[in-house]
Amino acid sequence: MNIFINGNEYQPEQADSLAELLAERQPKTPYAVALNGNFVSRGAYANTPLKDGDCIEILTPVQGG
Amino acid sequence: MDKDLTIYGESFSSRLLIGSALYPSPKIMEDSIRASGSQIVTLSLRRQSPESQGGADFWAQLQALGLTLLPNTAGCHSVQEAVTLAQMSREIFATDWVKLELVGDEYNLQPDPIDLVKATEILLADGFKVLPYTTDDLVICRHLVELGCEVLMPWGSPIGTGKGLLNPYALNAIRQRFPNITLIVDAGIGLPSHAVQAMELGYDGILLNSAVAQAQAPVMMAEAFKKAIEAGRMGYLAGGMPEKDTAQPSTPTLGTPFWHQAG
Repeated sequence: MNIFINGNEYQPEQADSLAELLAERQPKTPYAVALNGNFVSRGAYANTPLKDGDCIEILTPVQGG
Repeated sequence: MDKDLTIYGESFSSRLLIGSALYPSPKIMEDSIRASGSQIVTLSLRRQSPESQGGADFWAQLQALGLTLLPNTAGCHSVQEAVTLAQMSREIFATDWVKLELVGDEYNLQPDPIDLVKATEILLADGFKVLPYTTDDLVICRHLVELGCEVLMPWGSPIGTGKGLLNPYALNAIRQRFPNITLIVDAGIGLPSHAVQAMELGYDGILLNSAVAQAQAPVMMAEAFKKAIEAGRMGYLAGGMPEKDTAQPSTPTLGTPFWHQAG
């Protein structure tokens, strides 16, 4: 399965759900996630299946004006 | 006795909202924010990069300041992007406040007024407290107020230009039209005198970033803005003298020396 994380192609080893992908990637906290342009809350990671071609954004706090 | 700045029911003694970007160093950012006396700081979300440790240092530094956070949706070009980013911000920062920015044109980063109204409606319905970054268009402002916005943030001039208030007439019209809405000039402020001008119009606050972060001495400039905003507010409350087209001497004319009655 090919997916995209923050615009980069990625082939997960075993990631049927968003929770499994995040366990594999171990992003630094805090972060928030969007799947194909839609926000996914923390509580929904385990129940969010992944499929080929999914685009995932993992965002973190930065400076802003 | 002046009342505090009110944002969706929360009170702040400082009328300056400050950004966290573009400072020469993290230390100067922290010192500048402290010197500004600001109680509200803006920040954003971006893709996590492994090189920056996921932004952990910045986040820890900002948290330590203990200020109210105002996440923005900078860089969003569509309603969907802005709504998604706002929802992500709400989860990370545990706040329902959002500085709603929707870029309408890359040339001047002018807010898209139509999508701004659409996104505001969606976010308000979703429980957000929306602080919309808008142009100085009175009718767009009216739509935003009718949707339920308690705060409007019209621009002084385009982001990062430092040109000050390009259209004081339009900003004044918004002030006169919405006397009970919290009005904050956001973007375009370059000098303390610009902030004074906005505050003298009766604006409730100023949001700025580049004017401090890109000054030659950011920490000193932060303090200058703090004082300017206080001075402008006091000037507004004190009420200026009526403007006249002809000169009026301030020194008494009675008893003027060297005066000779015309023969």
